[in-house]
Amino acid sequence: MSDIVEKTLTALPGLFLQNQLGGGPAAAKASFSSRLGSLVRGITLLTSKHEEEKLIQQELSSLKVTVSAPTTTLKMMKECMVRLAYCEMLGYDASFGYIHAIKLAQQGNLLEKRVGYLAVSLFLHENHELLLLLVNTVIKDLQSTNLVEVCMALTIVSQLFPREMIPAVLPLIEDKLQHSKEIIRRKAVLALHKFHLIAPNQVQHIHIKFRKALCDRDVGVMAASLHIYLRMIKENASGYKDLTGSFVTILKQVVGGKLPVEFNYHSVPAPWLQIQLLRILGLLGKDDQRTSELMYDVLDESLRRAELHHNVTYAILFECVHTVYSIYPKSELLEKAAKCIGKFVLSPKINLKYLGLKALTYVIQQDPSLALQHQMTVIECLDHSDPIIKRETLELLYRITNAQNITVIVQKMLEYLQESKEEYIIVNLVGKIAELAEKYAPDNAWFIQTMNAVFSVGGDVMHPDIPNNFLRLLAEGFDDETEDHQLRLYAVQSYLTLLDVENAFYPQRFLQVMSWVLGEYSYLLDKETPDKVITKLHKLLLNNSISSETKTWLIAAVTKLTAQAHSSNTVEKLIQEFTTSLDTCLRQHAFELKHLQENVELMKRVLPLDKSCDDMMVDASLSFLDGFVAERLGQGAAPYKPHHQRQEEKLSQEKVLNFEPYGPSFSSSGFTGRQSPAGISLGSDVSGNSAETGLKETNSLKLEGIKKLWGKEGYLPKKESMTSDDVEPVEAGALEKVDQTAMRKDPPPALTPSREEREKQLLASSLFVGLGSESTINLLGKADTVSHKFRRKSKTKETKSGGPTSAHPNSLSDASYAEDYYLDTLQDRGDKELKKVSLDSELLDSESFTELHLLEKPSDCDGPRPSLFADSNLEIVHPSQSAGASAATEMSVAAALLEEPTEHVHSPVLEVCSDETISASVYKIWKDDCLLMVWSVTGKSGADLKSAHIEIAPAENFQVTEQLESCLPVIEAESTNIFQHSVQMENPFTEGTLSGFINYQKMDSHSVQLEFSVTLSLLDFIRPLKISTEDFGKLWLSFANDVKQHVKLSASHTALPSALKTLQQKLRLHVVDIIGNEGLLACQLLPSIPGLLHFRVHADVLVLWVRSSCSALPDYLLYQCQRVLEGS
Amino acid sequence: MIKAILIFNNHGKPRLSKFYQPYSEDTQQQIIRETFHLVSKRDENVCNFLEGGLLIGGSDNKLIYRHYATLYFVFCVDSSESELGILDLIQWPEQHPKQVGSQQVFVETLDKCFENVCELDLIFHVDKVHNILAEMVMGGMVLETNMNEIVTQIDAQNKLEKSEAGLAGAPARAVSAVKNMNLPEIPRNINIGDISIKVPNLPSFK
Repeated sequence: MSDIVEKTLTALPGLFLQNQLGGGPAAAKASFSSRLGSLVRGITLLTSKHEEEKLIQQELSSLKVTVSAPTTTLKMMKECMVRLAYCEMLGYDASFGYIHAIKLAQQGNLLEKRVGYLAVSLFLHENHELLLLLVNTVIKDLQSTNLVEVCMALTIVSQLFPREMIPAVLPLIEDKLQHSKEIIRRKAVLALHKFHLIAPNQVQHIHIKFRKALCDRDVGVMAASLHIYLRMIKENASGYKDLTGSFVTILKQVVGGKLPVEFNYHSVPAPWLQIQLLRILGLLGKDDQRTSELMYDVLDESLRRAELHHNVTYAILFECVHTVYSIYPKSELLEKAAKCIGKFVLSPKINLKYLGLKALTYVIQQDPSLALQHQMTVIECLDHSDPIIKRETLELLYRITNAQNITVIVQKMLEYLQESKEEYIIVNLVGKIAELAEKYAPDNAWFIQTMNAVFSVGGDVMHPDIPNNFLRLLAEGFDDETEDHQLRLYAVQSYLTLLDVENAFYPQRFLQVMSWVLGEYSYLLDKETPDKVITKLHKLLLNNSISSETKTWLIAAVTKLTAQAHSSNTVEKLIQEFTTSLDTCLRQHAFELKHLQENVELMKRVLPLDKSCDDMMVDASLSFLDGFVAERLGQGAAPYKPHHQRQEEKLSQEKVLNFEPYGPSFSSSGFTGRQSPAGISLGSDVSGNSAETGLKETNSLKLEGIKKLWGKEGYLPKKESMTSDDVEPVEAGALEKVDQTAMRKDPPPALTPSREEREKQLLASSLFVGLGSESTINLLGKADTVSHKFRRKSKTKETKSGGPTSAHPNSLSDASYAEDYYLDTLQDRGDKELKKVSLDSELLDSESFTELHLLEKPSDCDGPRPSLFADSNLEIVHPSQSAGASAATEMSVAAALLEEPTEHVHSPVLEVCSDETISASVYKIWKDDCLLMVWSVTGKSGADLKSAHIEIAPAENFQVTEQLESCLPVIEAESTNIFQHSVQMENPFTEGTLSGFINYQKMDSHSVQLEFSVTLSLLDFIRPLKISTEDFGKLWLSFANDVKQHVKLSASHTALPSALKTLQQKLRLHVVDIIGNEGLLACQLLPSIPGLLHFRVHADVLVLWVRSSCSALPDYLLYQCQRVLEGS
Repeated sequence: MIKAILIFNNHGKPRLSKFYQPYSEDTQQQIIRETFHLVSKRDENVCNFLEGGLLIGGSDNKLIYRHYATLYFVFCVDSSESELGILDLIQWPEQHPKQVGSQQVFVETLDKCFENVCELDLIFHVDKVHNILAEMVMGGMVLETNMNEIVTQIDAQNKLEKSEAGLAGAPARAVSAVKNMNLPEIPRNINIGDISIKVPNLPSFK
């Protein structure tokens, strides 16, 4: 019989026996078709992972032979694919079979094709290169008359399809939207949904068809289209407000039982459809009173109907509550929703309890009184046996934390942390504790202790921002000097005690924090400490379990302390030990320490006491390198390009279609993307603060309704109950000061509560303290002002550095001013002094002078310093008083020439090169059709110059045309000559250099050549494009290159018009239209590549959407807009 | 959307895994392991929702699971899905003693298609389970929640396939018969070294 079967069987005694029993040819056939069965059985018989691996490898190698054999029939292949899929699922590589799966999908009959498609969808991912081979098969099947084949093709498309090939199938799938079978229509809708996910701009033109799907006569198709709408509305609710009515009508019909009976699920009409609709309504009605009003009725109806006490009705109820709380509030509905939350919270069913807590979590800031109502349940949940419930409770507590209950809440959180082992939970919770501690810490000791706990539990998994923030907080301190001192002192003391503990293990991050603090602030303790600390740190350094990164922190700390220490025995020992260390980093530090130690004076200067956050004077421009750079450039080295530019260039080179909805910078602003007021932002370690302020803002919108509601009802009965048992809270001595409302709790069921009960109530009173109900607004406001004990001081550095930069644009000035001035000086030199004064004063009070220079490379600004007006500008145009008649005519020519450019905007004058005889400067004139570079060459010395000319080196990206004779026979002493070059861009680029040289000959000697280079950016070639809104719409749809990004607006730009105006000024864009909170801008890249920008403002977030026919332009425009909007 | 549907047994052996978002092979395996780790240590009478699972999406991620005899059914979803809704999609057994017309979606459908589904059915008919799933969830979106509809679809497809298999099968049998007649060629094939592929099948067509 067959060798292969034999081979497999010998390896598998169990299977061998089984097959032997059957014997004969018939058994062999069976063994092939049920090979999967035997494989599975074989695996279950095995005991070790190793054996399993061996068996599967064997199986795979036999499969490999089988699938690649030409004689294998498709039917056998089908079997093989199932087995391969099984092996893949167990985590073994079966990549050799991928191509055969594709083949099977291509060639097989229905049954085989289905397995082929299945295998493909299990094996491959969206970006797999083999997937391209499937495209033809999919197209063929989409055109098939067999429904099953079409279904299979649609299914595979919605599972995975190469993004670039979408256009190939899109028309076919669109056709399917009109198919007579509802199942096909439904699947086509979902396939389009998939396209919308991976390449939104490619399905934009079929939005109208989505609407048709929404109105489909089949409920299933309509339900499928809701997936798309939910997504689109999440992205842009304002665009679909007009559909609110339709959604409401649909929901009304569903709730009213108008659907066919087969859509009922446990006699609830189409529950999943209801859930979907409720979510959509919630998004549409958010912060929109008019839209919300449309849905009040149907929500009321839903709440009323969903009282069947079936589980799926709870799902609907939950969505209802969520929707009621997210839309514009209506008090009756809120009241009902609150009751529903009560049902959830009090339910004995654990799933419902969980959801109840969750609902509480996101309504709590709108309605803190609800937490008070359920406080006893919350307390019970804190000790619930299910850790998930516990955590949800902590999440709830986290939201109601204030300065009064912080200690209790953080303690609860820490307790939970001690028990928890999951990384996700630790990371999350540790972040929250750190955030709360920083915000509401009652005193130094508590703060340090809590942070110690955070560091030791959070260890090395926590977010690196936590230790960084902590250290910055210590270093920068607060407004109160003695407070700072005490906090630091306490930290030092506590760390020393911790280090005294024998055999204690601390996470690396914690040790790093300790070593930094000890290094900086040990001196606060007393004179003797540095020596002791060094000894301790040295001991740690010898510990093998400490990572080398931490060791460098430790050595750095020792280095700082050495400056203060008296004896240096330990230090010397340390130097000896580590100068021979194998770790180069450690060795480097050790050598540094050694050299510093030899020169005590230097050491004291390098490592001053308590100066960690004082700004050092750093020559940020690295001017001391200028000579070196110039030398290298002279030798032909490439000029430096900043990081972003390199990236852009890389992007523009390897650019394929970029449909990513969010760019990288989006992640940095954390909050911007999250719009939901519910803010189930569990991971808000970093963005927590901003998220919270965001929440408060939205709350304040809605508080009115709630306040009224709860002011009337919820409290009066409670106040009575308070008088009856306000004896207990007194036990919580420390809380006495807290206002009475805070002490309130639910009326206890028994008048004489058991001891346990009382403890719980005590806990409750301490947890829910400060959640005063009547003063919800006050509360939030108060929390803000009272808290933030440790609010960081605004960085002094910012204001310092603000000085020079703000002076910079002013002095560089608006281009047109410069030009005016230029001309004025030409025409009327007599008034020079006067003019200057007036100009200066004008400049001083003009705030908006952040013109283009800011956007240009720093090198542009390097030339003319603040003294520009006083010196260099004048120098250029400083014709000598004694200039002859010829000079005068020259001047008038120059003036005439320059008159023309004044119509256009242009850049300030920039000196490009000079020597002792001449100096040359340039400015750019942004003409409508080109960029005009105007060079002016001025002779300095008394001698006249011969045959001066400018030559521009050919550059790959531009085409430079001489406008004016660029060779002059003679430049007379101290006169100015003008040359012009018009520059056209040939290939889009982000930044390029125009270089060239000036050649001149002194009357008496050899010729001299002066080289210069000027930076040009893409911005120099961008001009406003004046089109109408309709044209904009047409153009918009025709462009394929598309980039979208969220930008956080700076305070000065929160109003859309002002933001657009800034852009218009700075980037030379044309504002086409402003509609509500949306703005349209257009520009063109010379010669004629249009770029379109779409802006939408949400609160302080701007959604920027750029399209163009050129692939490089959108990215560049986006980048520039971002710079303008975030920068100023 | 639904990011992944995983079925594994009490020992963490995967029985079915379907990912609706692109993850690498390694990540998929890690997700299965992590999910099993998270789910398996939960008691029987705790809630069916879990948060976390760093690999599959962190804080936006929810695991909704049911333990059903020897199997765990886990749906990994993001925040846009309703927890209870998904749970009902899997099943809600204790609520429904089998009553006429009761419709529980996934497991019930499996039950109907396999007549009392058990772990072995899932293993031996992985492809069928996948097909059922494909009728229920498409590209991470819930497509159909009506069990009867799903069963009808599956039945219709099976019927179509059977008829087609019958038709297509005939020529295939004829071909293999021809191949069989050509017996002398077999040893030559074996000598080439590509051996065995053909041989084990041959007897079956006698």
